[in-house]
Amino acid sequence: MSILVNKNSRVIIQGLTGSEGTFHTASMLDYGTKIVGGITPGKGGTVYSGKEGTIFKKPVPVFNSVREAADATKANVSVIFVPPPFAADAIKESIDAEIPLIVCITEGIPTKDMQDVYNVLKSSKSRLIGPNCPGIISPGEAKIGIMPGFIHKKGNVGVVSRSGTLTYEAVKQLTDVGLGQTTCIGIGGDPIIGTQFIDAIKLFNEDPMTEAILMIGEIGGNAEETAADFVKKHVKKPVIGFIAGRTAPPGRRMGHAGAIISGGKGTAEDKIAALREAGITVVESPANIGNTVAGILNAIPRKRGRRPGLDIKRKAISRKISKSKQKLNTKEVK
Amino acid sequence: MKIHEYQGKALLKKFNVPVLFGKVVFNAEDAGKAAYEDFTSKGIGTLVVKSQVHAGGRGKGIIHDIATNEQIELGGKPLRGVNVLSGEDIPDRVYQMTKNMFGNKLVTIQTGAAGSIVNRILLEEGCAIEKEFYAGIVMDRQTGRNCIMASTEGGVEIEKVAAETPEKILKEFIDPSNGLQAFQARRLAFGLGLSGDAVKSFIPFITNLYNAYQALDCSLMEINPLVLTKDNKMIALDAKVNFDDNALYRQAGLEALKDFAEEDPLETEAATFDLNYIKLDGNVGCMVNGAGLAMATMDMIMLSGGRPANFLDVGGGANVKRISNAFRIMMSDSNVKAVLINIFGGIVRCDKVADGIVEALKQVQVTVPVIVRLDGTNAKEAVVTLKNSGMNFKIAQNFEQAAKMVSEVVALSA
Repeated sequence: MSILVNKNSRVIIQGLTGSEGTFHTASMLDYGTKIVGGITPGKGGTVYSGKEGTIFKKPVPVFNSVREAADATKANVSVIFVPPPFAADAIKESIDAEIPLIVCITEGIPTKDMQDVYNVLKSSKSRLIGPNCPGIISPGEAKIGIMPGFIHKKGNVGVVSRSGTLTYEAVKQLTDVGLGQTTCIGIGGDPIIGTQFIDAIKLFNEDPMTEAILMIGEIGGNAEETAADFVKKHVKKPVIGFIAGRTAPPGRRMGHAGAIISGGKGTAEDKIAALREAGITVVESPANIGNTVAGILNAIPRKRGRRPGLDIKRKAISRKISKSKQKLNTKEVK
Repeated sequence: MKIHEYQGKALLKKFNVPVLFGKVVFNAEDAGKAAYEDFTSKGIGTLVVKSQVHAGGRGKGIIHDIATNEQIELGGKPLRGVNVLSGEDIPDRVYQMTKNMFGNKLVTIQTGAAGSIVNRILLEEGCAIEKEFYAGIVMDRQTGRNCIMASTEGGVEIEKVAAETPEKILKEFIDPSNGLQAFQARRLAFGLGLSGDAVKSFIPFITNLYNAYQALDCSLMEINPLVLTKDNKMIALDAKVNFDDNALYRQAGLEALKDFAEEDPLETEAATFDLNYIKLDGNVGCMVNGAGLAMATMDMIMLSGGRPANFLDVGGGANVKRISNAFRIMMSDSNVKAVLINIFGGIVRCDKVADGIVEALKQVQVTVPVIVRLDGTNAKEAVVTLKNSGMNFKIAQNFEQAAKMVSEVVALSA
């Protein structure tokens, strides 16, 4: 199982026909994501299959508005590749159309615009991931965003991160040591984002297939501290953390709009201390993320008095259980 | 983006936030002349001489000689970043004083020992202060709303107040769909212990200040001190105004306020090539794609015994031009004893990046060891390109190996 997105996710693309939208839609289609439509105001009623050497596996119908696209396609996810000046409006349009999950990739949206979005979002039925994020992927099921699909592998680690390439680095380290992922969420590097660490961790905590949670934070704000507090109180699964920016000077914005130590607040040291206090294993070197998670997951069966060899059997059993659960679920639905 | 106090005050004035009369000068001759023509000849008997640098703590900061690095004294006392003059011969004294300030560096608690060079000075009329307050506006990340802060503890470091006596900072969170409400402004006024005419002056002050914050897409506004004059008027005695970089595209004219003398020249140059570069004081230069990975790479350099010389995010489209510019800027820093290139190819193809590195090294003279770690899309092809180039790269297969190579190189150069 995975969180938020799976092979039944029906995705529409806002800004489909732009260069970013075109490039990444092709890549999502290649991965097997169900792209059911796109929105480019003024091009509604046409069908789009890419441009300039990027040709879609399957043509995508274009609509003038999100509402129109949602009605016609029963979409439940929208991805936004709209340029910064128009991105806040694009998010609000999806909220208005009651799209359950909105993923905004756009980097560089003015904070004032995001304050308005956040205000509308809070009283809505939608969840927003991002902005300024790589998106979300449930390996083997759906890739909704700009991350390279091939480094991922289906498995039992939930990954949540404020970064882009650092997340890919961490995911590849996991995959290289044989650990797959349930879902990987890039929550974004801006000061105002729709989904926080705590929200993603809550979902991973409730997901039966997620056995360990990896959180990758960085300097700025106190979202890591808030999440650590939740982990301490409610999470029994092992949580592993890495915080980037120990060497970052105060008062400087480190690339991400939200990565800044201001007034002595938001330092890596404070975050690391809060994580440790909550019982989260903090990885010191970014080179050791995969190994650390593997070490912790391998230690679990032994702690419970199991012999290492049983680990594999245990996994097989849990797989069977989840399959029968899935069957039960489908029956219920019918 | 940051601007100077005098620029901030000029903007605030447009939004009817009361500020004192002032004039910015760029050399001592003009300072002396302005002191006479614009101040003393018009009956202004007290004049404040304020260094215009972006760092805070100017009042307590001391001017140091640019050449000898020694404290400058005037009249037997160390010369501060902000000075008040009254009495006789003000224009002459302003000339003497500013002559000692211009071109020298102001060292404050925020600048560190390196200090900031004084190129601009604001001359401002004095005023009769009854009490000092603090007012600030920031975006609160937890609520996603702007937060107006006010405190009776004006004129001191607000971070210190927040840490030691947080109850002395009043806060009002602003609903973006409604804006600042009159009752919130009143609540702040009475919370500060104001009464009568002072309340009547505070309410439009804070309302106009918030309007300016919103209209200008600010990311921070601080008035410290905000003063109540003897005749019960609220005046912004200082103004710290920062803008949201993401919104500059729609704020005509604000970018022109940037003072490049306050920026690192390498950072300014990097920005013209759309590279995200921040100069640090270490010995290992690094070039990375993505901000998070760049920070993690800097941390890894430190863990390996080195110190990062910079933050450098080459971004997504890592082509030859970008990479050679990045190399040139990174190598302009003479402290760099080794270079680490850490690229995770997701969308970016590693073989293209490798082509770029080889081409860039043909154009830029690099005499220090270069460690290259390329992982992800087409990493194998990239390694072949690097090996076939005949250039002397140290090629790491993964992050861990790269870390080891950094410590080896650092140990050798130490």
